[in-house]
Amino acid sequence: MTKQHANWSPYDNNGGTCVAIAGSDYCVIAADTRMSTGYSILTRDYSKIHKLADKAVLSSSGFQADVKALQKVLKSRHLVYQHQHNKQMSCPAMAQLLSNTLYFKRFFPYYAFNVLGGLDEQGKGCVFTYDAVGSYEKVGYSAQGSGSTLIMPFLDNQLKSPSPLLLPAQDAITPLSEPEAVDLVKTVFASATERDIYTGDKLEIMILKADGIRTEVMELRKD
Amino acid sequence: MTFTIPIDNGDSVKTAEADSQRTLYPYVTGTSIVAIKYKDGVLMASDMGGSYGSTLRYKNIERMKAIGKHSLLGASGEISDFQEILRYLDELVLNDNMWDDGNSLGPKEVHNYLTRVMYNRRNKFNPLWNTLVLGGVKNGESYLGMVSMIGVSFEDNHVATGFGNHLARPILRDEWRADLSFEDGVKLLEKCMRVLLYRDRSAINKLQIAKITEEGVTVSQPYSLKTFWEFKAFNNPTAGAEGSW
Repeated sequence: MTKQHANWSPYDNNGGTCVAIAGSDYCVIAADTRMSTGYSILTRDYSKIHKLADKAVLSSSGFQADVKALQKVLKSRHLVYQHQHNKQMSCPAMAQLLSNTLYFKRFFPYYAFNVLGGLDEQGKGCVFTYDAVGSYEKVGYSAQGSGSTLIMPFLDNQLKSPSPLLLPAQDAITPLSEPEAVDLVKTVFASATERDIYTGDKLEIMILKADGIRTEVMELRKD
Repeated sequence: MTFTIPIDNGDSVKTAEADSQRTLYPYVTGTSIVAIKYKDGVLMASDMGGSYGSTLRYKNIERMKAIGKHSLLGASGEISDFQEILRYLDELVLNDNMWDDGNSLGPKEVHNYLTRVMYNRRNKFNPLWNTLVLGGVKNGESYLGMVSMIGVSFEDNHVATGFGNHLARPILRDEWRADLSFEDGVKLLEKCMRVLLYRDRSAINKLQIAKITEEGVTVSQPYSLKTFWEFKAFNNPTAGAEGSW
């Protein structure tokens, strides 16, 4: 008799899309609020955006239980950092911590697709994009999640990312103004919602600037 | 998605005995739970059946239990795992009471605890095979949340497990309002339970409805729903398709 194997998967994809765009003195982080499983919608009102530090905001899609656990780990590590250094973690520091945390579970990964957005030590916008096991890169903009394949090419077109082969290295911070970037985000999500069944319901946008964080909400198609 | 399980207890050889220590499949299962927030708190409904595969083995299982003063837990899935969870929660509530500081665990806290328990069991590849619904009221605030067997959790104005997700949620999305009265809430839940009764093979016509308000938790006596089978199309089902053989 063949050994009976487990018929459950420890992973599930709860869907959703996350986008972040870095500007000269701001950072826009956006995600939809739909949580799905298989072909069902679990809830239309689940936030995928989480503030980790004053200048670092994480947006993650993928397996929601892993995302929640990842956030708890990062939040508690940030608290310890604050106790030890008497200051908030900078965005680049949080970026490295997130990478290390993900790789720590290299052989049973957090099924989380992350985009970290914030302001660097000079006050310029920065966006870091990750895969599930922690490889990351500082970029000017990124999209992750179920709608990323629909959104990323359009962002490449609109934000004219410079070639990574150029020397000296040019960073891809967009010259767009903050209202223009927010408008671009609303446009890409409206489009992704049309064709990606896992994206929709509502769009949550967080705009990070030196003086604080502002949140905007926009309705998306619910079908 | 297929997934091989790399269990490592420190010894390199994994014996067949190790497998018998982990949950592989559920044996006695409960079907859907449906719950909604209403004006004064939360309403939850479940039937009283415990199925053993396709056999309806148990017909008097209470799948909703009060937790502490402020919460109600409903479970679908493996009944023995639900009983285990109740034991965990007994200990949690006991320790909370022993502090004797006038503070008591609210539904948010219990939901968070359950999410952590389910997720950690999933991490050890030995899940508690349940989908849990946690509802409650504390300090005037209603709370309703759900946790799945792999630790996925969320809160919403209405939740349902199993078949309820497919059959009841659409009804609730259409007809739920924030200011439902108790009578309207019960009518709405009964509408959902009736659809489940007609269409879910493992549902039985013996249900309980539980109510949580600021005053506390009450679980109703079991009762059954009226059903209608006299549709004309049922009377002569083959009328349009009779053949020569």
